[in-house]
Amino acid sequence: MGNIIMFCILAVVILGSAIMCVTTKRIMRAATFLLFVLFGVAGLYFLLDYTYLGAAQIAVYAGGVTMIYVFAIQLVSKRTLQGMVENLKQSRLLAGALLSLVGLATVLMVAMKNEFIFRAAEVNDVEVPMRTIGLALVGSEKYQYVLPFEFISLFLLACIIGALVVSRKIKED
Amino acid sequence: MMIPVECYYALSALLFFIGVYGFVTRRNLIAMLISIELVLNAVDINFAAFNRLLFPGLNEGFFMTLFSIGVSAAESAVAIAIILNVYRNFKSDTVDSISEMKN
Repeated sequence: MGNIIMFCILAVVILGSAIMCVTTKRIMRAATFLLFVLFGVAGLYFLLDYTYLGAAQIAVYAGGVTMIYVFAIQLVSKRTLQGMVENLKQSRLLAGALLSLVGLATVLMVAMKNEFIFRAAEVNDVEVPMRTIGLALVGSEKYQYVLPFEFISLFLLACIIGALVVSRKIKED
Repeated sequence: MMIPVECYYALSALLFFIGVYGFVTRRNLIAMLISIELVLNAVDINFAAFNRLLFPGLNEGFFMTLFSIGVSAAESAVAIAIILNVYRNFKSDTVDSISEMKN
């Protein structure tokens, strides 16, 4: 019972913040609402007993990515902080809403007609032990992930260097 | 008491298409990037919930979500760098201003 109440609260927070995030006029508010969405998703992971995933979500997304966004907003658009009004065309809004609704209807119909969702197994409220996660991340057997793990570390390094190179100020002489 | 997997599915579908709506309607580059983050999070919810509720013995969705979080962090770093460069060159942060590469 508690699970369901918690899920409803999280769903309301996530969807409300997401809608505010895409409709608000001020870009700084959009970033703040994105933060709430990310916290809500982390709450969902905690609800699924994936505590490690929730912690990673908070640390990487809420702590890192939104910080990057806030810095970028401050660097890029001084005007938008004072409430820039995006000149949204009515037709574009309508087209976007229509596209989203059609897509949503399709996805929900496909999902609800499908059989796999009735296969849901009963799971106990136990979290995945840290030992399992660690061993799976550094093992090279089947269902173990040392290669993607190493790849993603290299990838992050490459991205950081790439970002530095791209955003570097070129001296004019 | 368990939450049925349909609830997670519906929630993530709604979040996904809210993100799509934002991506289509917004013209500001950073706002579009924020919408992409919403979409990525919707997908992550699906991975985690399906793994937990349909295949509780396995951990594939868990690791997929973990790697997806890492990749999206890297992606946003590069995208922000590009946006800063666009702003420096075009003195604007909307997609409409970047028309120099056309024709």
